[in-house]
Amino acid sequence: MSGLPLHRRAGFRLSFRYLLAALLVIVFCFPVYWLFIISFKTPDEIFAFPPVWYPASLQFGNYWVLFKDGDAGTVWNSLVLASVSTFFAMILGTVAAYSLVRFKTGGENLAVWIISQRMMPPVAIVFPLFLLYVYFGWVDTYFGLIILYTAFSLPYVIWMMRGYIEDIPLELEESALIDGCSRWEVLWKVVLPMARSGLFATAVFTFIFAWNDFLFALVLTRTEVTTYTVQVTHYFGGQSNFWAKIAAMSVLGTIPVFITVAIMQRYLVRGISMGAVKG
Amino acid sequence: MTATVHPDRNFKYWLVAPAIFLLLLIGLFPLIYSLIVSFMRIDMMDTDTSFAWFYNYKTLFKDSRLWWSLAHTLLITAVALPIELLLGLAMAYLFLEKMPGRQVFISLLVLPTIISPIVAGATWRLLFDNRYGPINQILGWFAGEPVNALWTINPTLVYPAIIFCEVWQWTPFMFLILLAALSNVDKSQTEAAEIDGARFIRTFRYIVLPAIWPVMAIAILIRGLDLFRIFDIVWALTQGGPGTKTETISIYAYVQGFKQFETSYTAAIAFLVVFILTVVCVWAIRRMGLVK
Repeated sequence: MSGLPLHRRAGFRLSFRYLLAALLVIVFCFPVYWLFIISFKTPDEIFAFPPVWYPASLQFGNYWVLFKDGDAGTVWNSLVLASVSTFFAMILGTVAAYSLVRFKTGGENLAVWIISQRMMPPVAIVFPLFLLYVYFGWVDTYFGLIILYTAFSLPYVIWMMRGYIEDIPLELEESALIDGCSRWEVLWKVVLPMARSGLFATAVFTFIFAWNDFLFALVLTRTEVTTYTVQVTHYFGGQSNFWAKIAAMSVLGTIPVFITVAIMQRYLVRGISMGAVKG
Repeated sequence: MTATVHPDRNFKYWLVAPAIFLLLLIGLFPLIYSLIVSFMRIDMMDTDTSFAWFYNYKTLFKDSRLWWSLAHTLLITAVALPIELLLGLAMAYLFLEKMPGRQVFISLLVLPTIISPIVAGATWRLLFDNRYGPINQILGWFAGEPVNALWTINPTLVYPAIIFCEVWQWTPFMFLILLAALSNVDKSQTEAAEIDGARFIRTFRYIVLPAIWPVMAIAILIRGLDLFRIFDIVWALTQGGPGTKTETISIYAYVQGFKQFETSYTAAIAFLVVFILTVVCVWAIRRMGLVK
């Protein structure tokens, strides 16, 4: 390549990059396309050999069945659990992070202990947790899963928000205090608005974590608060005629996340990288 | 820094109290309970709560199914993690320089990561179907004859299937983190090195890598930990099968706890997992220089 004139080399490189980029997009997006497209196929099209690459017409029968049988309600359960637990985790986590940053509450030890909770493998606590929940009668209740997801997200929220709060100039808080604000008002009127982008970025990931959970929901739900992830696996039972349901249910459960991420996109990349940088 | 701010006496404790209470209730309490139970011999038939001390832990060492599940987990981690890292890094380099439509490409590439792992597994289950799935079809085009690979059943093909799905889902995560890290590398230094005639590898080794290492190390740690407790994808694809061929440590613990109801034994497995993770984490954090 070094023999070519500079501008031609640049043009060559750019088209090469586009080619690779297009190839990557095809590889990474094809499975998503396939999932979506199966959900719009008729049974004949799903079980056609060779496979049909796109359906003759988009038909919504597979979704209609899910709504008729009430299976689609599991998406609602996921939505309630994920949003309510995100809400609580953000509040509790942010004020805790604020305390850790500004007052050095508990010193480094407390911060390290909280973060170490994040590496806890769910499978290590899910069994004793199950026994605890049976004892308290929390199995298959919104309450039980919401406090579980809230607690499990807390280390992440505290870890992330610590970084964002450290960036807020102390002078702002001091002047608010001098102006006669109470401590709570400082938190509410100065700290939270200043950490807004951090709050959004963190909330997106907290939401996705709760949304994606499968193991806890599998163990701790029965019929009332079944999440969509558990519902998808109910169709696995060996019989392949449930394919349409697997696909349609998966799409129903994927769309809310796609929408959330699309709206929050500008916070997302920052959220991922900040979390890693701030450690 | 704190000297100028005088907290109302208990204000700071009120702020952390609810979070700590929840973490104790959901995190620490079950763990302690688990530890106690692991010294007993409770199972489905026997609820005797007298102490058997290290009985379960001794059994661990003789349980070949456990060690196989550990080996399966390590195999998946050891193969998938480097692929995700290198592919993610290559992709980050591809999109590092500005190009029209770059943001659209990035958004599309991130799609797999935001899908629930259980759905990712389900999707690949459909893709891998030997007759109605597109993968065998596409392979058939290249092979020139119909391919009938049983991806989720054939013992030699299940691992490639799982790792494919895992890499597909999590490479974009690595890619995003590394792209952010690479964008923060001081351009003037890499350019100066290039002008001095340094090769790409040397520039990467001595300028770029040290700069992105703190971020990269954490990304490796996060993915490594997640891979070690892999459950959803394997569950959706094979449920640990064929037989126990792809049983990971998480799946084995789940089966022992909720299918065989070996309460005490499951608790002992959980502690083995916590122990391994703690050792690996402490080692990794020291080794990677993440603590000052």
